[in-house]
Amino acid sequence: MYTRIILTLALAIPCLGFASDDKSADEIAKYREMVSDGNPAELDEMRGEELWKTAAGTKNASLEKCDLGKGAGMVKGAYAELPRYFADTKRVQDLESRLLTCMTTLQGIPEADITRKPFSTTSEKSNIEGLVAYVVGQSKGMKMAVALKHPKEKAAYEIGKRIFFYRAGPYDFSCATCHSENGRRIRLQDLPNLTTNIGAQRAYTTWPAYRVSQGLFRSFQWRINDCFRQQRFPEPVFGSELTVALTMFLAANANDAVYDGPAIKR
Amino acid sequence: MKKIVLLVIAMCAPTAYAANKDTALDTKALTVIQRDFRDKGIAKVDRVKQDKIQALCTQYRDRPPHALQDKLEKEQLAAVKYPADGKLMGDWKAGEKLAQSGRGLTWTDKEGDVVGGNCYNCHQLSPKEIAYGTIGPSLLHFGRNRGNTPEMQKYVYGRIYNAKAFNLCTNMPRFGHVGALTESQIKDLVALLLDPESLVNKE
Repeated sequence: MYTRIILTLALAIPCLGFASDDKSADEIAKYREMVSDGNPAELDEMRGEELWKTAAGTKNASLEKCDLGKGAGMVKGAYAELPRYFADTKRVQDLESRLLTCMTTLQGIPEADITRKPFSTTSEKSNIEGLVAYVVGQSKGMKMAVALKHPKEKAAYEIGKRIFFYRAGPYDFSCATCHSENGRRIRLQDLPNLTTNIGAQRAYTTWPAYRVSQGLFRSFQWRINDCFRQQRFPEPVFGSELTVALTMFLAANANDAVYDGPAIKR
Repeated sequence: MKKIVLLVIAMCAPTAYAANKDTALDTKALTVIQRDFRDKGIAKVDRVKQDKIQALCTQYRDRPPHALQDKLEKEQLAAVKYPADGKLMGDWKAGEKLAQSGRGLTWTDKEGDVVGGNCYNCHQLSPKEIAYGTIGPSLLHFGRNRGNTPEMQKYVYGRIYNAKAFNLCTNMPRFGHVGALTESQIKDLVALLLDPESLVNKE
């Protein structure tokens, strides 16, 4: 019995994607533990909660009637089940695209006003990123349970998979170029293998995150956006079917893991 | 026992690896890709249009049929432009500087900015540089282990110019083929790998 367990562990360890001789990874892990007590993302969560509850837009309404999939106003645990199919919009939506729906329909804020600057800068915080911080924080400690039941949910996953493996641009890169093998790095940065459950779980459950090097909270749409930038691709449209499908592929691969965001990263 | 091994293999194996054939979804995905990007800075939407090799490598998840692979590699190799002056080795110090730079061609880079070699992002090269990536193989002591005969110089120049001429679906970009690096920059990178004085070939 013990031999079996040891053997299983010995076989499982190489697939975790850690280079065992990589001291910097240990240092980063220590650093994360050290700062996890006081994650500045909490400030964004508070800012987001305030935004959620405050009346705004031409309809002078708050977002407290926004349905994130678990019923109007139900925020607890909603993120762990996103993306999902929504009957009212007849499409699969991730958190950001769903927030767009709520902000435009409930509050009457024009979509262009929201998507013009969807990501925070040091001089100007984005409202939608604040709302993201609040909502994801309400799923901390819950199991990822993204459904692939509705035909459109299944299709989104399959389309996302195809986007993940799509090679193009001046350097012939796809998402898979960096994220489909275990134990790879760019410089000293460990790269999760997002085609495995264990790799996708580790990555997806720790985004969105407060990014120490930028001094800003970053949403998942931002994470995808910056991957495409480094892939030498043009910019994906915020909240588009493309970003939702890719998010669906990654989120569903992360199913059954405990959601642990917003996290803190280098 | 066998069950456990299989379970572990299943845990580690890419869950979404196989290129499943579903033409309707393939078409839909392509429509989404062609519709949902927009120009940003120097990165224009025409970049998501695939050339023949990109499309083939995507279709076969980087494992194309051998006959097709051979044919296309030969085509790519035939298109490699070697320097007219016949000199393939430049300045290894300039090559090291270039290898360090990961800049170029993103939407935050500007038109006309010097494009970096991006080498250390994926490869170990000089023993002095410990911040190297591991997507590509280690190139430490590359020239010391292989020599720098004219044939070796030609091979290395060609490989940097267009890695796909040697391994069709390699992760490595086609730096010369797409015009990201100039002839003189590629010469400097050849020297970085092959010059006996280069740090790459020192202890």
